[in-house]
Amino acid sequence: MTYTITSRCVGTKDESCVTVCPVDCIHDAGEQMMIDPVECIDCGACVPICPVDAIFTEDEVPAEEVDAIGAARSFFRSDGSS
Amino acid sequence: MSPRVLVVGAGPAGLYAAATLAAADVGVDVADRLPTPYGLVRYGVAPDHPKIKSVTRVLARPFSAESVRFLGNVTVGVDLTVADIRGHYDAVVYATGAARGLRPGVPGDDLPGSAPAADFVAWYGGHPDAVSAEELLDARRIAVIGAGNVALDTARMLLKDARALADTELPDAVLAALSRSRVTDVHLIARRGPARAKFTPVELRELGELGVDVLVRPDDLEPSADEAGVVAGDRAARTNVEILREWAGRPGGDAARRLHLWFRTRLVEVCGRDRVDALLLEPGGERLPVDAVLYAIGHRGTPLLGLPFDEVTGTVPHERGRVLGVPGAYVAGWLKRGATGVIGTNKADAGETVASLLADLPGLPRPAEPDPAAVTALLERRGVRPVTWAGWTRLDAHEAELGRRQGRARAKITDLPAMLAICG
Ligand code: SF4
Ligand code: SF4
Repeated sequence: MTYTITSRCVGTKDESCVTVCPVDCIHDAGEQMMIDPVECIDCGACVPICPVDAIFTEDEVPAEEVDAIGAARSFFRSDGSS
Repeated sequence: MSPRVLVVGAGPAGLYAAATLAAADVGVDVADRLPTPYGLVRYGVAPDHPKIKSVTRVLARPFSAESVRFLGNVTVGVDLTVADIRGHYDAVVYATGAARGLRPGVPGDDLPGSAPAADFVAWYGGHPDAVSAEELLDARRIAVIGAGNVALDTARMLLKDARALADTELPDAVLAALSRSRVTDVHLIARRGPARAKFTPVELRELGELGVDVLVRPDDLEPSADEAGVVAGDRAARTNVEILREWAGRPGGDAARRLHLWFRTRLVEVCGRDRVDALLLEPGGERLPVDAVLYAIGHRGTPLLGLPFDEVTGTVPHERGRVLGVPGAYVAGWLKRGATGVIGTNKADAGETVASLLADLPGLPRPAEPDPAAVTALLERRGVRPVTWAGWTRLDAHEAELGRRQGRARAKITDLPAMLAICG
């Protein structure tokens, strides 16, 4: 299991989640923030603080947003930071 | 010579503060009365949540800088006095947490067979000061009072098949005691309605995956008028209610252990002559027979010498981390904001405190003796041998190696003299 930021972040992107992530694994991915799935320790701290409810566990990502999971995986792989 | 700050308490709040101070070129000593760092990450996070414990790799970072030292096994107030701190440091950040578990303040709440859940957690977490909770596990029916994640952890550790914990870092004695446990029924009793419980949905769901029968009272699932609004606006609340609904719909089972959930239920008395034998609950005046009860209703800090203290909240009065009326003293973590939030909450919390400290630094008087060696020399003269970061690393490696031989992540040493001997 890991956590994923969906496209609901786009337009708000206020980085509230970044201030509470204990391992600093939430990074700027352009239009939205993204969670490095390898570094994330599944603490869930980022979920309730997000003002637009953009963050889900991978199992709970709404159907129309499932692409966000693969997008985060490939972003961090190509970025070399995972 | 760069400014020097003492951080008291090596838990998450203290270590986030140390990291932020070190980044600002401040020399830091982190004192802890135990030989181990990480506070509640080591002694509070449940052993079956190893991924969360891996936050230690980030918390350990400040110690890779030469300007940051660990002074384990040093009790501030005893081994280092307030006067010593003034003589050797520009400022001090207190981050000693809130370790004391509360009792509910109802008649009978201190009968044998009752304890704060914090004590049970400290025991299974291998805290060297913990009192064995082995006797508690002779109980067949145990109540857990509370509606937060400590209540969930406590219930889960009581219900989980000990074989499923064999590969965790649980101390040997704890694992043996859990294997002999006679618990059949755990009653989780919450004052709030399900929509207002402070459970993290992921942790609530775990309770339904233990292979125990979960009994939900159908009435509890009907949201009260004020809860309907909460459910609509809060995803966690909505998810929690959905999880409970799913459990309520499960066919009855014949598992060896049962979890009973009670919401909107208030404990009014703990009954028993020489030990707990029942709980009196409202509304309804129901008498629930139990053999033991654990209180997971919150934690409080303990007052520290020379610091103001608010008995009601169990915190030190402060202004953005500055202790009121004590220049040069700061607070962070649970001692500052009360026992709320998660590990990551301490990052922003400690950040605020350190920002205040750094802003004040130019105006604070310099200590008479800022040389780091002077502090260690002073401790030595007093017969105190601080555990260094290298010393802790030896204990860490020892525990990991023991664990590897037993086929698990770590085998915790819980005896203080043994821990100190390994640290060297
Ligand atoms: S808190 Fe939510 S909206 Fe803000 S950056 Fe994080 S995911 Fe985006
Ligand atoms: S779940 Fe925790 S570790 Fe993972 S991204 Fe959110 S705050 Fe960071």
